Amino acid sequence: MAKPYNPVSAADYLPRHLLQEIQLKRLQNIIKHEYDNVPFYRQRMDEKGVKPEDIKTLKDIQLLPFTMKKDLRDTYPFGLFAVPMNKIVRLHASSGTTGKPIVVGYTQEDVDSWTNCMARALAAGGVTSNDIIQNSYGYGLFTGGLGAHNGIEALGATVVPTSGGNTERQIMLMRDFGVNGICCTPSYFIHLCEKAAEMGVNVKALPIRVGFFGAEPWTQEMRQRIEEASGIETFDIYGLSEMSGPGVGIECEHHCGLHIFEETFYPEIIDPDTGEVLPDGERGELVFTTINKFGMPMIRYRTRDLTRIIPEPCPCGRTLRRIDRISARSDDMFIIRGVNVFPSQIESAFLSVDATALPHYRITLTRRPDGLDDMLIEIEVREEQFSDDMRKMNELQKKFSHEIERILGIRAMVKIVQPGAIPRSEGKAKRVFDLRNTTK
Amino acid sequence: MYLKQLSVFVDNKPGALYAPCSALAEAGVNLSSIFLADTKDFGILRVITKDNEKALNVLRENNFAVKLTDVLAIEIEDVPGALSKILKTVESMGLDVLYMYAAVGTSGKPVMIFRFDDADNALEKLRDADCTIVSSEQFFA
Ligand SMILES: [Zn+2]
Repeated sequence: MAKPYNPVSAADYLPRHLLQEIQLKRLQNIIKHEYDNVPFYRQRMDEKGVKPEDIKTLKDIQLLPFTMKKDLRDTYPFGLFAVPMNKIVRLHASSGTTGKPIVVGYTQEDVDSWTNCMARALAAGGVTSNDIIQNSYGYGLFTGGLGAHNGIEALGATVVPTSGGNTERQIMLMRDFGVNGICCTPSYFIHLCEKAAEMGVNVKALPIRVGFFGAEPWTQEMRQRIEEASGIETFDIYGLSEMSGPGVGIECEHHCGLHIFEETFYPEIIDPDTGEVLPDGERGELVFTTINKFGMPMIRYRTRDLTRIIPEPCPCGRTLRRIDRISARSDDMFIIRGVNVFPSQIESAFLSVDATALPHYRITLTRRPDGLDDMLIEIEVREEQFSDDMRKMNELQKKFSHEIERILGIRAMVKIVQPGAIPRSEGKAKRVFDLRNTTK
Repeated sequence: MYLKQLSVFVDNKPGALYAPCSALAEAGVNLSSIFLADTKDFGILRVITKDNEKALNVLRENNFAVKLTDVLAIEIEDVPGALSKILKTVESMGLDVLYMYAAVGTSGKPVMIFRFDDADNALEKLRDADCTIVSSEQFFA
Protein backbone atom coordinates (compact mmCIF):
# COMPACT_ATOMS: atom_id res chain seq x y z
CA MET A 1 0.00 0.00 0.00
CA ALA A 2 1.40 3.38 -1.00
CA LYS A 3 2.15 5.67 1.86
CA PRO A 4 0.50 9.08 1.84
CA TYR A 5 3.04 11.77 0.99
CA ASN A 6 3.88 14.04 3.87
CA PRO A 7 5.78 17.14 2.77
CA VAL A 8 6.78 17.60 6.38
CA SER A 9 9.03 14.52 6.08
CA ALA A 10 11.18 15.85 3.22
CA ALA A 11 13.99 16.73 5.63
CA ASP A 12 14.25 13.06 6.63
CA TYR A 13 15.61 12.19 3.18
CA LEU A 14 18.29 14.84 2.56
CA PRO A 15 21.47 13.54 0.93
CA ARG A 16 24.09 13.12 3.67
CA HIS A 17 26.47 15.77 2.32
CA LEU A 18 23.67 18.35 2.26
CA LEU A 19 22.59 17.38 5.74
CA GLN A 20 26.17 17.76 6.99
CA GLU A 21 26.48 21.19 5.37
CA ILE A 22 23.36 22.31 7.19
CA GLN A 23 24.63 20.79 10.43
CA LEU A 24 27.96 22.61 10.22
CA LYS A 25 26.38 25.96 9.41
CA ARG A 26 23.92 25.59 12.24
CA LEU A 27 26.59 24.42 14.69
CA GLN A 28 28.85 27.38 13.94
CA ASN A 29 25.93 29.75 14.26
CA ILE A 30 24.71 28.35 17.57
CA ILE A 31 28.18 28.26 19.15
CA LYS A 32 28.71 31.91 18.31
CA HIS A 33 25.26 32.70 19.70
CA GLU A 34 26.08 30.89 22.95
CA TYR A 35 29.51 32.46 23.28
CA ASP A 36 28.12 35.94 22.76
CA ASN A 37 25.06 35.60 24.98
CA VAL A 38 25.58 33.06 27.77
CA PRO A 39 28.33 33.93 30.26
CA PHE A 40 28.29 30.33 31.50
CA TYR A 41 29.27 28.95 28.10
CA ARG A 42 31.71 31.75 27.34
CA GLN A 43 33.54 30.95 30.59
CA ARG A 44 33.53 27.21 29.89
CA MET A 45 34.88 27.73 26.40
CA ASP A 46 37.50 30.20 27.57
CA GLU A 47 38.64 27.66 30.14
CA LYS A 48 39.13 25.15 27.34
CA GLY A 49 40.79 27.79 25.19
CA VAL A 50 38.29 27.40 22.36
CA LYS A 51 36.72 30.23 20.36
CA PRO A 52 33.64 30.01 18.10
CA GLU A 53 35.83 30.47 15.03
CA ASP A 54 37.73 27.29 15.93
CA ILE A 55 34.71 25.27 14.79
CA LYS A 56 35.66 24.67 11.18
CA THR A 57 34.36 21.15 10.66
CA LEU A 58 31.72 19.03 12.39
CA LYS A 59 34.51 17.09 14.05
CA ASP A 60 35.61 20.26 15.85
CA ILE A 61 32.59 19.86 18.09
CA GLN A 62 34.88 17.65 20.14
CA LEU A 63 36.79 20.76 21.25
CA LEU A 64 33.70 22.02 23.07
CA PRO A 65 32.87 21.45 26.74
CA PHE A 66 30.08 19.10 27.86
CA THR A 67 26.90 20.26 29.58
CA MET A 68 25.63 18.17 32.49
CA LYS A 69 22.22 18.02 34.12
CA LYS A 70 23.88 19.53 37.18
CA ASP A 71 24.74 22.65 35.15
CA LEU A 72 21.02 23.21 34.55
CA ARG A 73 20.30 22.91 38.25
CA ASP A 74 23.18 25.20 39.19
CA THR A 75 21.97 27.92 36.83
CA TYR A 76 18.31 27.59 37.89
CA PRO A 77 16.08 29.10 36.66
CA PHE A 78 17.23 31.17 33.65
CA GLY A 79 21.02 31.07 33.80
CA LEU A 80 21.43 29.27 30.47
CA PHE A 81 18.98 31.38 28.49
CA ALA A 82 20.62 32.91 25.43
CA VAL A 83 17.98 35.48 24.53
CA PRO A 84 16.27 38.28 26.48
CA MET A 85 13.09 37.27 28.30
CA ASN A 86 10.89 39.15 25.82
CA LYS A 87 11.93 36.62 23.14
CA ILE A 88 10.97 33.63 25.31
CA VAL A 89 7.40 32.52 24.60
CA ARG A 90 7.24 29.32 26.66
CA LEU A 91 8.71 27.73 29.77
CA HIS A 92 8.65 24.07 30.71
CA ALA A 93 10.07 22.41 33.79
CA SER A 94 10.78 18.89 34.93
CA SER A 95 9.15 17.50 38.04
CA GLY A 96 12.08 17.74 40.37
CA THR A 97 11.96 14.57 42.45
CA THR A 98 15.26 15.58 43.99
CA GLY A 99 16.20 19.20 44.45
CA LYS A 100 15.47 21.94 41.95
CA PRO A 101 13.58 21.30 38.73
CA ILE A 102 15.16 21.71 35.32
CA VAL A 103 13.76 24.75 33.50
CA VAL A 104 13.77 25.16 29.73
CA GLY A 105 12.77 28.20 27.69
CA TYR A 106 11.74 28.45 24.04
CA THR A 107 11.56 31.24 21.51
CA GLN A 108 8.74 31.07 18.96
CA GLU A 109 11.25 29.68 16.42
CA ASP A 110 12.25 27.00 18.95
CA VAL A 111 8.62 25.97 19.44
CA ASP A 112 8.16 25.82 15.65
CA SER A 113 11.28 23.69 15.17
CA TRP A 114 10.17 21.32 17.95
CA THR A 115 6.71 21.13 16.41
CA ASN A 116 8.23 20.28 13.04
CA CYS A 117 10.23 17.40 14.53
CA MET A 118 7.19 16.09 16.38
CA ALA A 119 5.09 16.22 13.20
CA ARG A 120 7.77 14.28 11.31
CA ALA A 121 7.83 11.72 14.10
CA LEU A 122 4.09 11.17 13.76
CA ALA A 123 4.39 11.03 9.97
CA ALA A 124 7.05 8.32 10.32
CA GLY A 125 4.39 6.30 12.14
CA GLY A 126 2.00 6.74 9.22
CA VAL A 127 -0.20 9.44 10.75
CA THR A 128 -1.89 11.77 8.25
CA SER A 129 -4.43 14.57 8.35
CA ASN A 130 -7.14 11.90 8.19
CA ASP A 131 -6.31 10.61 11.66
CA ILE A 132 -7.68 11.36 15.09
CA ILE A 133 -4.97 11.21 17.71
CA GLN A 134 -5.61 11.05 21.43
CA ASN A 135 -2.89 12.80 23.38
CA SER A 136 -2.70 11.32 26.87
CA TYR A 137 0.62 12.85 27.79
CA GLY A 138 0.21 15.22 30.70
CA TYR A 139 -0.38 18.83 29.65
CA GLY A 140 1.44 21.41 31.68
CA LEU A 141 5.01 21.94 32.73
CA PHE A 142 5.89 18.49 31.37
CA THR A 143 6.88 18.80 27.70
CA GLY A 144 5.03 15.66 26.59
CA GLY A 145 1.50 17.07 26.39
CA LEU A 146 2.04 20.35 24.54
CA GLY A 147 4.89 18.93 22.45
CA ALA A 148 2.80 16.11 21.02
CA HIS A 149 -0.23 18.39 20.75
CA ASN A 150 1.56 20.90 18.51
CA GLY A 151 2.94 18.13 16.31
CA ILE A 152 -0.46 16.51 15.80
CA GLU A 153 -2.03 19.82 14.81
CA ALA A 154 0.89 20.76 12.56
CA LEU A 155 0.38 17.52 10.66
CA GLY A 156 -3.25 18.42 10.17
CA ALA A 157 -4.50 15.47 12.16
CA THR A 158 -7.21 15.91 14.80
CA VAL A 159 -5.96 16.07 18.36
CA VAL A 160 -8.05 14.87 21.30
CA PRO A 161 -6.26 16.63 24.17
CA THR A 162 -7.26 14.31 27.01
CA SER A 163 -4.02 14.77 28.95
CA GLY A 164 -3.36 12.12 31.63
CA GLY A 165 -5.85 10.75 34.11
CA ASN A 166 -9.53 9.85 34.22
CA THR A 167 -8.84 6.62 32.37
CA GLU A 168 -12.44 5.49 32.09
CA ARG A 169 -13.40 8.64 30.26
CA GLN A 170 -10.33 8.31 28.03
CA ILE A 171 -11.51 4.86 26.98
CA MET A 172 -15.02 6.10 26.35
CA LEU A 173 -13.74 8.95 24.16
CA MET A 174 -11.35 6.66 22.36
CA ARG A 175 -14.26 4.43 21.43
CA ASP A 176 -16.84 7.13 20.71
CA PHE A 177 -14.53 9.39 18.67
CA GLY A 178 -13.09 6.51 16.66
CA VAL A 179 -9.55 7.47 17.69
CA ASN A 180 -6.85 6.04 15.35
CA GLY A 181 -3.75 6.72 17.37
CA ILE A 182 -2.50 7.60 20.82
CA CYS A 183 0.48 9.37 22.37
CA CYS A 184 1.29 8.45 25.98
CA THR A 185 3.73 6.63 28.20
CA PRO A 186 3.88 2.86 27.56
CA SER A 187 2.98 2.09 31.17
CA TYR A 188 -0.08 4.33 30.96
CA PHE A 189 -1.24 2.56 27.81
CA ILE A 190 -0.91 -0.81 29.55
CA HIS A 191 -2.98 0.61 32.38
CA LEU A 192 -5.52 1.88 29.86
CA CYS A 193 -5.80 -1.55 28.18
CA GLU A 194 -6.35 -3.21 31.54
CA LYS A 195 -9.00 -0.71 32.48
CA ALA A 196 -10.70 -1.17 29.10
CA ALA A 197 -10.81 -4.93 29.64
CA GLU A 198 -12.40 -4.35 33.06
CA MET A 199 -14.98 -2.10 31.44
CA GLY A 200 -15.71 -4.73 28.81
CA VAL A 201 -14.21 -2.62 26.00
CA ASN A 202 -12.21 -4.65 23.49
CA VAL A 203 -9.38 -2.36 22.38
CA LYS A 204 -8.58 -4.72 19.51
CA ALA A 205 -11.99 -4.08 18.01
CA LEU A 206 -11.56 -0.27 18.13
CA PRO A 207 -10.20 1.73 15.15
CA ILE A 208 -7.00 2.61 17.04
CA ARG A 209 -4.05 1.28 15.03
CA VAL A 210 -0.97 3.16 16.21
CA GLY A 211 0.68 4.35 19.42
CA PHE A 212 3.63 6.65 20.09
CA PHE A 213 5.18 5.70 23.36
CA GLY A 214 7.94 7.52 25.15
CA ALA A 215 8.99 9.56 28.18
CA GLU A 216 10.17 6.40 29.92
CA PRO A 217 12.26 3.42 28.85
CA TRP A 218 10.26 0.35 27.91
CA THR A 219 11.30 -3.18 27.17
CA GLN A 220 10.71 -5.37 24.16
CA GLU A 221 8.47 -7.48 26.40
CA MET A 222 6.31 -4.46 27.15
CA ARG A 223 6.04 -3.81 23.44
CA GLN A 224 4.84 -7.36 22.81
CA ARG A 225 2.40 -7.10 25.64
CA ILE A 226 0.95 -3.85 24.31
CA GLU A 227 0.70 -5.20 20.79
CA GLU A 228 -0.98 -8.40 21.92
CA ALA A 229 -3.43 -6.62 24.20
CA SER A 230 -4.40 -3.90 21.74
CA GLY A 231 -3.44 -5.05 18.24
CA ILE A 232 -1.85 -1.66 17.48
CA GLU A 233 1.52 -0.86 15.93
CA THR A 234 3.84 0.73 18.47
CA PHE A 235 6.44 3.41 17.79
CA ASP A 236 9.16 4.26 20.24
CA ILE A 237 9.55 8.02 20.41
CA TYR A 238 12.55 9.58 22.07
CA GLY A 239 12.88 12.98 23.58
CA LEU A 240 13.93 14.93 26.60
CA SER A 241 12.98 18.36 27.77
CA GLU A 242 16.61 19.55 27.79
CA MET A 243 16.54 19.15 23.99
CA SER A 244 12.96 20.32 23.41
CA GLY A 245 10.64 17.50 24.45
CA PRO A 246 9.21 14.54 22.56
CA GLY A 247 10.36 14.25 18.95
CA VAL A 248 14.15 14.02 19.13
CA GLY A 249 14.08 10.56 17.58
CA ILE A 250 11.49 8.17 16.20
CA GLU A 251 11.21 4.64 14.90
CA CYS A 252 10.14 4.23 11.29
CA GLU A 253 7.94 1.41 10.00
CA HIS A 254 10.93 -0.98 10.09
CA HIS A 255 11.23 -0.69 13.88
CA CYS A 256 14.99 -1.12 13.83
CA GLY A 257 16.26 1.73 15.93
CA LEU A 258 15.22 5.37 16.20
CA HIS A 259 16.04 7.95 13.52
CA ILE A 260 17.43 11.12 15.08
CA PHE A 261 16.32 14.45 13.65
CA GLU A 262 19.96 15.26 13.04
CA GLU A 263 19.55 18.64 11.36
CA THR A 264 18.17 19.82 14.73
CA PHE A 265 19.88 17.59 17.31
CA TYR A 266 23.49 16.72 16.59
CA PRO A 267 24.25 13.33 18.19
CA GLU A 268 27.53 11.92 19.51
CA ILE A 269 28.30 8.77 21.44
CA ILE A 270 31.01 9.10 24.06
CA ASP A 271 32.79 6.89 26.50
CA PRO A 272 31.01 7.93 29.73
CA ASP A 273 34.22 7.60 31.75
CA THR A 274 36.76 9.39 29.53
CA GLY A 275 34.44 11.65 27.52
CA GLU A 276 36.13 10.45 24.35
CA VAL A 277 33.94 10.27 21.21
CA LEU A 278 33.31 6.72 20.03
CA PRO A 279 32.90 5.67 16.40
CA ASP A 280 29.46 4.78 15.03
CA GLY A 281 28.43 1.32 16.10
CA GLU A 282 30.05 1.46 19.52
CA ARG A 283 27.94 1.66 22.61
CA GLY A 284 28.28 4.57 24.99
CA GLU A 285 26.54 7.62 26.38
CA LEU A 286 24.35 9.65 24.05
CA VAL A 287 25.28 13.33 23.81
CA PHE A 288 23.33 15.99 21.93
CA THR A 289 23.98 19.52 20.75
CA THR A 290 20.86 21.50 19.85
CA ILE A 291 21.96 23.19 16.66
CA ASN A 292 18.64 24.84 15.82
CA LYS A 293 17.46 26.21 19.13
CA PHE A 294 18.06 29.76 20.31
CA GLY A 295 16.24 30.34 23.59
CA MET A 296 18.34 27.88 25.53
CA PRO A 297 20.74 25.94 23.34
CA MET A 298 22.56 22.98 24.82
CA ILE A 299 26.13 22.23 23.86
CA ARG A 300 27.14 18.57 24.07
CA TYR A 301 24.47 17.75 26.63
CA ARG A 302 25.10 14.41 28.34
CA THR A 303 21.79 12.54 28.37
CA ARG A 304 23.04 9.64 30.54
CA ASP A 305 21.22 7.34 28.13
CA LEU A 306 23.27 4.42 26.90
CA THR A 307 23.00 3.41 23.25
CA ARG A 308 24.94 3.32 19.98
CA ILE A 309 24.62 4.95 16.58
CA ILE A 310 23.65 2.34 14.01
CA PRO A 311 26.11 2.74 11.12
CA GLU A 312 24.08 0.98 8.40
CA PRO A 313 21.50 2.93 6.37
CA CYS A 314 17.86 2.13 7.11
CA PRO A 315 15.75 0.29 4.51
CA CYS A 316 13.13 3.06 4.78
CA GLY A 317 15.41 5.42 2.86
CA ARG A 318 15.70 8.09 5.52
CA THR A 319 19.22 9.45 5.64
CA LEU A 320 18.93 10.36 9.32
CA ARG A 321 21.12 8.06 11.38
CA ARG A 322 19.54 5.78 13.93
CA ILE A 323 20.27 4.91 17.55
CA ASP A 324 19.38 1.66 19.27
CA ARG A 325 16.29 1.72 21.43
CA ILE A 326 17.12 2.83 24.92
CA SER A 327 15.98 0.14 27.30
CA ALA A 328 17.24 1.90 30.37
CA ARG A 329 17.86 5.49 31.24
CA SER A 330 20.75 5.76 33.61
CA ASP A 331 18.60 8.10 35.72
CA ASP A 332 16.42 5.14 36.67
CA MET A 333 19.43 3.11 37.56
CA PHE A 334 20.29 2.73 41.20
CA ILE A 335 23.22 1.23 42.99
CA ILE A 336 22.71 -1.21 45.80
CA ARG A 337 25.50 -3.10 47.56
CA GLY A 338 27.87 -1.94 44.86
CA VAL A 339 25.76 -3.33 42.01
CA ASN A 340 24.23 -1.18 39.27
CA VAL A 341 20.59 -2.16 38.87
CA PHE A 342 18.25 -1.13 36.06
CA PRO A 343 14.51 -1.62 36.62
CA SER A 344 14.43 -3.24 33.16
CA GLN A 345 16.58 -6.08 34.53
CA ILE A 346 14.03 -6.67 37.25
CA GLU A 347 11.26 -6.60 34.64
CA SER A 348 13.02 -9.26 32.62
CA ALA A 349 13.21 -11.39 35.78
CA PHE A 350 9.43 -11.05 36.19
CA LEU A 351 8.84 -12.04 32.60
CA SER A 352 11.01 -15.09 32.81
CA VAL A 353 8.76 -16.29 35.65
CA ASP A 354 5.53 -15.42 33.83
CA ALA A 355 5.76 -14.11 30.29
CA THR A 356 2.06 -13.38 29.90
CA ALA A 357 2.23 -9.92 31.42
CA LEU A 358 4.51 -7.46 33.13
CA PRO A 359 3.18 -7.01 36.66
CA HIS A 360 2.81 -3.74 38.49
CA TYR A 361 5.68 -3.48 40.89
CA ARG A 362 7.52 -1.18 43.23
CA ILE A 363 11.10 -1.19 44.41
CA THR A 364 11.88 0.30 47.81
CA LEU A 365 15.44 0.82 48.97
CA THR A 366 16.16 1.26 52.65
CA ARG A 367 19.23 1.44 54.85
CA ARG A 368 19.61 -0.42 58.12
CA PRO A 369 21.20 1.31 61.14
CA ASP A 370 24.33 -0.77 60.53
CA GLY A 371 24.65 0.76 57.05
CA LEU A 372 23.52 -2.29 55.07
CA ASP A 373 21.08 -1.65 52.25
CA ASP A 374 17.89 -3.61 51.60
CA MET A 375 15.84 -3.84 48.45
CA LEU A 376 12.15 -4.70 48.76
CA ILE A 377 10.34 -5.61 45.57
CA GLU A 378 6.57 -5.75 45.77
CA ILE A 379 4.80 -7.45 42.89
CA GLU A 380 1.07 -7.43 42.30
CA VAL A 381 -0.46 -10.86 41.78
CA ARG A 382 -2.79 -11.29 38.84
CA GLU A 383 -5.88 -13.46 39.22
CA GLU A 384 -4.48 -16.00 36.74
CA GLN A 385 -1.49 -16.47 39.03
CA PHE A 386 -3.55 -16.83 42.16
CA SER A 387 -4.07 -20.29 43.58
CA ASP A 388 -5.96 -21.33 46.68
CA ASP A 389 -3.01 -23.61 47.38
CA MET A 390 -0.66 -21.79 49.75
CA ARG A 391 2.30 -23.87 48.59
CA LYS A 392 1.85 -22.61 45.04
CA MET A 393 1.74 -19.01 46.20
CA ASN A 394 4.91 -19.50 48.23
CA GLU A 395 6.50 -21.08 45.18
CA LEU A 396 5.52 -18.14 42.99
CA GLN A 397 7.11 -15.71 45.44
CA LYS A 398 10.25 -17.86 45.58
CA LYS A 399 10.47 -18.07 41.80
CA PHE A 400 10.41 -14.26 41.52
CA SER A 401 13.03 -14.05 44.20
CA HIS A 402 15.32 -16.65 42.55
CA GLU A 403 15.07 -15.07 39.11
CA ILE A 404 15.93 -11.65 40.50
CA GLU A 405 18.92 -13.06 42.33
CA ARG A 406 20.02 -14.95 39.21
CA ILE A 407 19.86 -11.84 37.03
CA LEU A 408 21.19 -9.21 39.46
CA GLY A 409 23.54 -11.36 41.48
CA ILE A 410 22.14 -9.91 44.71
CA ARG A 411 19.25 -10.92 46.88
CA ALA A 412 16.09 -8.87 47.26
CA MET A 413 13.14 -9.20 49.60
CA VAL A 414 10.31 -10.14 47.31
CA LYS A 415 6.73 -9.82 48.38
CA ILE A 416 3.67 -10.60 46.32
CA VAL A 417 0.81 -8.22 47.03
CA GLN A 418 -2.85 -8.05 46.11
CA PRO A 419 -3.96 -6.43 42.84
CA GLY A 420 -4.18 -2.66 43.11
CA ALA A 421 -1.99 -2.52 46.23
CA ILE A 422 0.60 -0.41 44.42
CA PRO A 423 -0.61 3.12 43.66
CA ARG A 424 -0.86 3.90 39.93
CA SER A 425 0.65 6.97 38.38
CA GLU A 426 -0.79 8.21 35.14
CA GLY A 427 2.28 10.04 33.96
CA LYS A 428 5.70 8.52 34.06
CA ALA A 429 5.54 5.44 36.29
CA LYS A 430 7.68 5.79 39.36
CA ARG A 431 9.08 2.37 40.16
CA VAL A 432 11.96 3.05 42.49
CA PHE A 433 11.61 4.59 45.93
CA ASP A 434 15.01 5.26 47.40
CA LEU A 435 14.52 5.97 51.11
CA ARG A 436 18.18 5.54 51.99
CA ASN A 437 19.00 9.24 52.31
CA THR A 438 16.17 9.97 54.67
CA THR A 439 16.36 6.89 56.88
CA LYS A 440 20.14 7.29 57.48
CA MET B 1 -21.15 -33.49 46.69
CA TYR B 2 -18.62 -30.72 46.75
CA LEU B 3 -19.05 -27.45 48.50
CA LYS B 4 -17.85 -24.35 46.65
CA GLN B 5 -15.40 -22.24 48.54
CA LEU B 6 -14.26 -18.78 47.52
CA SER B 7 -10.61 -17.83 48.04
CA VAL B 8 -9.32 -14.26 48.00
CA PHE B 9 -5.70 -13.14 47.89
CA VAL B 10 -5.02 -10.52 50.57
CA ASP B 11 -1.99 -8.67 51.89
CA ASN B 12 -0.80 -9.55 55.33
CA LYS B 13 -1.21 -6.17 56.95
CA PRO B 14 -3.57 -4.68 59.49
CA GLY B 15 -6.96 -3.97 58.00
CA ALA B 16 -6.44 -6.08 54.89
CA LEU B 17 -9.54 -8.15 55.65
CA TYR B 18 -11.75 -5.14 56.03
CA ALA B 19 -11.99 -4.30 52.31
CA PRO B 20 -13.15 -7.69 50.99
CA CYS B 21 -15.46 -8.32 53.97
CA SER B 22 -17.11 -4.91 53.82
CA ALA B 23 -17.52 -5.16 50.04
CA LEU B 24 -19.33 -8.48 50.51
CA ALA B 25 -21.41 -7.14 53.38
CA GLU B 26 -22.44 -4.06 51.39
CA ALA B 27 -23.57 -6.29 48.54
CA GLY B 28 -25.65 -8.28 51.02
CA VAL B 29 -23.64 -11.48 50.67
CA ASN B 30 -24.11 -13.67 53.69
CA LEU B 31 -21.02 -15.59 54.79
CA SER B 32 -21.49 -19.03 56.38
CA SER B 33 -17.86 -19.44 57.25
CA ILE B 34 -14.67 -17.43 57.02
CA PHE B 35 -11.14 -18.67 57.46
CA LEU B 36 -7.80 -16.94 56.96
CA ALA B 37 -4.52 -18.67 56.22
CA ASP B 38 -1.47 -16.46 56.17
CA THR B 39 2.28 -16.31 55.85
CA LYS B 40 4.41 -13.39 56.99
CA ASP B 41 3.88 -11.75 53.58
CA PHE B 42 0.37 -12.52 52.40
CA GLY B 43 -2.83 -14.33 53.21
CA ILE B 44 -5.60 -16.33 51.60
CA LEU B 45 -9.07 -15.59 52.85
CA ARG B 46 -11.47 -18.49 52.38
CA VAL B 47 -15.18 -17.98 52.64
CA ILE B 48 -18.21 -20.18 52.11
CA THR B 49 -21.42 -18.57 51.01
CA LYS B 50 -24.61 -19.60 49.32
CA ASP B 51 -24.26 -16.74 46.87
CA ASN B 52 -21.01 -17.49 45.08
CA GLU B 53 -21.76 -15.72 41.85
CA LYS B 54 -22.61 -12.45 43.51
CA ALA B 55 -19.62 -12.71 45.84
CA LEU B 56 -17.29 -13.42 42.94
CA ASN B 57 -18.56 -10.43 40.98
CA VAL B 58 -18.38 -8.06 43.91
CA LEU B 59 -14.83 -9.06 44.75
CA ARG B 60 -13.64 -8.83 41.16
CA GLU B 61 -15.23 -5.41 40.80
CA ASN B 62 -13.17 -4.41 43.77
CA ASN B 63 -9.99 -5.58 42.05
CA PHE B 64 -9.39 -8.72 44.14
CA ALA B 65 -7.83 -11.91 42.80
CA VAL B 66 -10.44 -14.59 43.46
CA LYS B 67 -10.78 -18.35 42.90
CA LEU B 68 -13.60 -20.83 43.35
CA THR B 69 -12.48 -24.18 44.75
CA ASP B 70 -14.16 -27.51 45.45
CA VAL B 71 -13.93 -28.55 49.08
CA LEU B 72 -15.50 -31.40 51.02
CA ALA B 73 -17.54 -30.94 54.20
CA ILE B 74 -17.53 -33.93 56.51
CA GLU B 75 -20.01 -34.10 59.35
CA ILE B 76 -18.66 -34.25 62.86
CA GLU B 77 -20.97 -36.26 65.10
CA ASP B 78 -21.76 -34.80 68.48
CA VAL B 79 -19.84 -37.49 70.39
CA PRO B 80 -16.41 -37.39 72.06
CA GLY B 81 -13.57 -38.37 69.73
CA ALA B 82 -15.56 -37.76 66.54
CA LEU B 83 -12.99 -35.40 65.03
CA SER B 84 -10.00 -37.63 65.70
CA LYS B 85 -11.94 -40.48 64.12
CA ILE B 86 -12.30 -38.51 60.89
CA LEU B 87 -8.66 -37.49 60.87
CA LYS B 88 -7.64 -41.06 61.43
CA THR B 89 -9.73 -42.24 58.51
CA VAL B 90 -8.24 -39.57 56.23
CA GLU B 91 -4.75 -40.46 57.32
CA SER B 92 -5.23 -44.19 56.88
CA MET B 93 -6.34 -43.62 53.29
CA GLY B 94 -3.16 -41.72 52.53
CA LEU B 95 -5.07 -38.68 51.30
CA ASP B 96 -3.07 -35.50 50.79
CA VAL B 97 -4.75 -32.71 52.77
CA LEU B 98 -3.86 -29.18 51.68
CA TYR B 99 -5.74 -27.67 54.61
CA MET B 100 -8.80 -28.09 56.78
CA TYR B 101 -10.87 -26.06 59.16
CA ALA B 102 -14.05 -26.33 61.19
CA ALA B 103 -17.28 -24.65 60.12
CA VAL B 104 -20.96 -24.68 60.95
CA GLY B 105 -23.57 -24.77 58.21
CA THR B 106 -26.72 -22.69 58.28
CA SER B 107 -28.38 -25.96 59.19
CA GLY B 108 -26.39 -25.84 62.44
CA LYS B 109 -24.43 -28.94 61.50
CA PRO B 110 -20.80 -28.81 62.67
CA VAL B 111 -18.49 -29.95 59.84
CA MET B 112 -14.81 -30.15 58.95
CA ILE B 113 -13.98 -28.51 55.62
CA PHE B 114 -11.22 -30.34 53.75
CA ARG B 115 -9.33 -29.30 50.67
CA PHE B 116 -7.62 -32.38 49.23
CA ASP B 117 -4.91 -32.28 46.63
CA ASP B 118 -6.93 -34.79 44.59
CA ALA B 119 -10.54 -34.03 45.45
CA ASP B 120 -12.17 -36.69 43.22
CA ASN B 121 -10.04 -39.46 44.61
CA ALA B 122 -10.75 -38.31 48.17
CA LEU B 123 -14.48 -38.17 47.53
CA GLU B 124 -14.55 -41.68 46.19
CA LYS B 125 -12.56 -43.12 49.08
CA LEU B 126 -14.44 -41.25 51.80
CA ARG B 127 -17.78 -42.32 50.41
CA ASP B 128 -16.78 -45.91 50.95
CA ALA B 129 -15.56 -45.19 54.46
CA ASP B 130 -17.80 -44.52 57.37
CA CYS B 131 -17.97 -40.71 56.79
CA THR B 132 -20.97 -38.48 56.24
CA ILE B 133 -20.29 -36.03 53.49
CA VAL B 134 -22.48 -32.97 53.78
CA SER B 135 -23.79 -31.70 50.48
CA SER B 136 -24.29 -28.06 49.60
CA GLU B 137 -28.08 -28.47 50.06
CA GLN B 138 -27.62 -29.98 53.50
CA PHE B 139 -25.02 -27.41 54.51
CA PHE B 140 -27.23 -24.48 53.60
CA ALA B 141 -30.51 -26.12 54.67
ZN1 LIG C 1 13.99 3.85 8.86
